[in-house]
Amino acid sequence: MNQQTPKRQTIPLFEVFIRSKRGLDHRHVGSLHSEDSEQALEYARDVYLRRSEGVSIWVVRSSDITASQEKDVESFLDPMDDKPYRHATHYKLPKEVDNM
Amino acid sequence: MTENTTQIDPQLTTFEDKIANEQRIEPRDWMPDAFRKTVLRQMSQHAHSEVIGMQPEGNWITRAPTLHRKVILLAKIQDEGGHGLYLYSAAETLGATREEMVQALHDGKAKYASIFNYPSLTWADIGMIGWLVDGAAIVNQVSLQRTSYGPYSRAMIRICKEESFHQRQGYEATMVLARGSNEQKAMAQDALNRWWWPVLTMFGPHDTDSAHTGQSMKWKLKRESNDVLRQRFIDQTVPQAEFIGLEIPDPDLKWNEERGAYDFGAIDWDEFMQVISGNGPCNRQRLAHHVRAQDEGQWVRDAMHAYELKRQAREVA
Repeated sequence: MNQQTPKRQTIPLFEVFIRSKRGLDHRHVGSLHSEDSEQALEYARDVYLRRSEGVSIWVVRSSDITASQEKDVESFLDPMDDKPYRHATHYKLPKEVDNM
Repeated sequence: MTENTTQIDPQLTTFEDKIANEQRIEPRDWMPDAFRKTVLRQMSQHAHSEVIGMQPEGNWITRAPTLHRKVILLAKIQDEGGHGLYLYSAAETLGATREEMVQALHDGKAKYASIFNYPSLTWADIGMIGWLVDGAAIVNQVSLQRTSYGPYSRAMIRICKEESFHQRQGYEATMVLARGSNEQKAMAQDALNRWWWPVLTMFGPHDTDSAHTGQSMKWKLKRESNDVLRQRFIDQTVPQAEFIGLEIPDPDLKWNEERGAYDFGAIDWDEFMQVISGNGPCNRQRLAHHVRAQDEGQWVRDAMHAYELKRQAREVA
């Protein structure tokens, strides 16, 4: 970004999350460009909620999201691979009592 | 709004309509103060229970009979810590801070499930905690998946997904003992004798004596009454005990054909009141341990904060 000029190369990117129904989590639905978060909310309403797709919107600057990297996934998520005992199915119970 | 006001509060009407229509209440919705207070108290108590509940199990990590049982126990305790986090986060949606909640626990103002004030004396107790304590918790939590406060309901759904492993590993560990040597079987029976009655109190007082049930049911925070949930737990657990040849320590326990449910003996509510008001076998120990863990971990949080300040300063420079 050039500090000398008021013009920017790009408009900030926002990620949009919609709660489709009360009781459900907000889910990521996409992104949009906006100068600020208030405006982003209105844009999100206009582009993602034209058919009553939701009851609540969250917008968050994409640059504020820290994400794990796909290429690091092996070492980063590795600890769960060798722990089958964390799953209910690991425990074999006789069929008479298997419904727990 | 005072009681003799005839004017209808539109916010209250909206709130009550949502409840009536099976809508969840979400964090930024208007809600009556009493509802906010009640759900906050329930979530904080539930969160504290998950965390304090790690102690009786932690007692056996270093003494688990095999490496396999040890990794299972570690994984389970790790889950309990995670469940505490889900619930603290749900409580934080109403503006409570973690620091306030922990302080209230330490000051004795916030409670946790009184079942965790009982000691885990033998390895068989670890089986009982999974089979019975988690079994009872699941009955309650499955019902709470439909609680009217959205973040609480979602935390319950996540927790229930993970909880099945806890109960199954407990039952399986108990089954191994019950099918083992005479000493092992006796140890399992002794543990069942000690845990059975306290577990039945986990569902709270009888409906006729429960201070909070009425209003909580009206708000759909609570979906089924203490007695309904307790009966469901008993009915599903008795056959499980019979299957592995353990005896429920209740001479009055009897199948009631007419009700299609088990009749059971009188619960000792005096003991329950004693334990809940601080005089159980381990109340002081549980709280003192939590305080100590919090204090001893302070330097870690301080170091993380100091590092963050340093990193920020470096970025500015």
